[in-house]
Amino acid sequence: MIRLDNVTYGYGATELLSGISVHLQPGSFHFLTGPSGSGKTTLLRLCYSDLTPTSGQVTLFERDAKTLSRDDVARMRRRIGVVHQDCQFLDHLPIAENVALPLATAGRRDEASDLAELLAWVGLSDRAQALPPELSGGERQRAALARAVIMSPDVLIADEPTGNVDWEMSLRLLNLLVELNKMGKTILIATHDLNLIRAAKAQVSARVLRIRDRQIQLAGADL
Amino acid sequence: MSRHSVPALLRANSQADRVVPPSGFTARLTVFSAGAMAFLAVFAMALSFATGRLADRWSQELARTATVRISAPEGQLAAQTAAVLAVLETTPGVAAARALDEAEERALLEPWFGPDLPLDALPIPQLVEIIESAEGFDAEGLRLRLQAEAPGAVLDDHTRWREPLVGAAERIRMLGLLAITLIAATTAAMVSLAANSALAANGQVIRVLRLVGARDSYIARAFVRRFTLRALAGATAGTLLGAIAIALIPKAQTADGFLTGLGFQGAEWLWLLILPPAAATAAFFATRLAAFRSLRKLS
Repeated sequence: MIRLDNVTYGYGATELLSGISVHLQPGSFHFLTGPSGSGKTTLLRLCYSDLTPTSGQVTLFERDAKTLSRDDVARMRRRIGVVHQDCQFLDHLPIAENVALPLATAGRRDEASDLAELLAWVGLSDRAQALPPELSGGERQRAALARAVIMSPDVLIADEPTGNVDWEMSLRLLNLLVELNKMGKTILIATHDLNLIRAAKAQVSARVLRIRDRQIQLAGADL
Repeated sequence: MSRHSVPALLRANSQADRVVPPSGFTARLTVFSAGAMAFLAVFAMALSFATGRLADRWSQELARTATVRISAPEGQLAAQTAAVLAVLETTPGVAAARALDEAEERALLEPWFGPDLPLDALPIPQLVEIIESAEGFDAEGLRLRLQAEAPGAVLDDHTRWREPLVGAAERIRMLGLLAITLIAATTAAMVSLAANSALAANGQVIRVLRLVGARDSYIARAFVRRFTLRALAGATAGTLLGAIAIALIPKAQTADGFLTGLGFQGAEWLWLLILPPAAATAAFFATRLAAFRSLRKLS
């Protein structure tokens, strides 16, 4: 699905990530962890072609990311759902329209009947007409998740999806992600919440990738 | 290109329109600018039509008449006049030739010298009026024949002073057309600036759209549609107000009046109908260019 081969990325002269090789198999469940500022978000952005590596190769759906045109990138992002750390909503549109935005931009508004079902799944049916700034942190995260999956993507990437929600809400979000994984989606979650990883491991066979010293390591049984 | 044509744009979905938040001030400025430019374009158009009509009239009316002026010593005047008339009668292209009598000459001079002019005491040249036929005569040939038959006769076919007048009218007409072109270019430039400012102000919206998989053409369409419609609305209002202003100019009866002739006649009014679509088209291409240029700079 997504493959990084010997990828290096740096902002300016400093390298943030170097020699990273990761392969996300279809249907796998990965956590990405590491201290703040270690490059978790950067690694995720490389995975949906928001950043281009300084060196090395990123392969998305069997295609070298370097060869993708702007329209190819747009089409590819319809196959990769992303829950961004700061959610990235259009604040002037109600939640229902924000969640349906990927359908609208892809010209597939006729499938909007799934929208009510999806909002019910993330427990936001009664908040459909609220504007994003009116929602709580947990509601925004769940709305972001709903938007990420509305196109029925093959891969779901989430950046700190439980960043500013309480433990109960974290578990609810995790359950939603586990459900998606059981439906066959490839999941990649960046988090520094070790309790969340432990909770997930009880439900699915999740692998943990840890960024340390600009390198990626497969974390062992210490979790 | 068909998906992005102006008519397709007017039918486009409203959802694409809503993804960009409404921006009251820029919107009003764009509508106002398009309106003001259309208003000015109406006057530039009226100027072009009026000078065009004036040039046509001058060339037609003056081209149909000519004058022969005969200055000769007292005793020879009658003989030379007879000779001139004889020459003119046999000149192809001359429909009629007639020597002006004393009363007519007095009437011509009266505005300059007053009614008490002692015409007998002055060596007034004899004037012969020529009415041309439709095909006209050969002025150079006639001039040579007159010289041979009546040495005191001078042909004045009005070309000499008609040409600079018609030339001036044509030049003013060109300036009117140039003004219309400049107005169109300025409209496009102002819409570009407004579109660039809207694109810059909506950087976050554009980023979100890119992240959820919107293609550049979808994002551009949201802006292009908006600015095209604004230019169309503004130009329609401006054209309408300009047309009303032209229609309300008081009509003076002097046919040669230049300023009072400013306006449209008959089918010329229909030309105003192209102003709103022209402004919309200028806005369409200006915004499209600006949108794609600024989108390419983003990831």
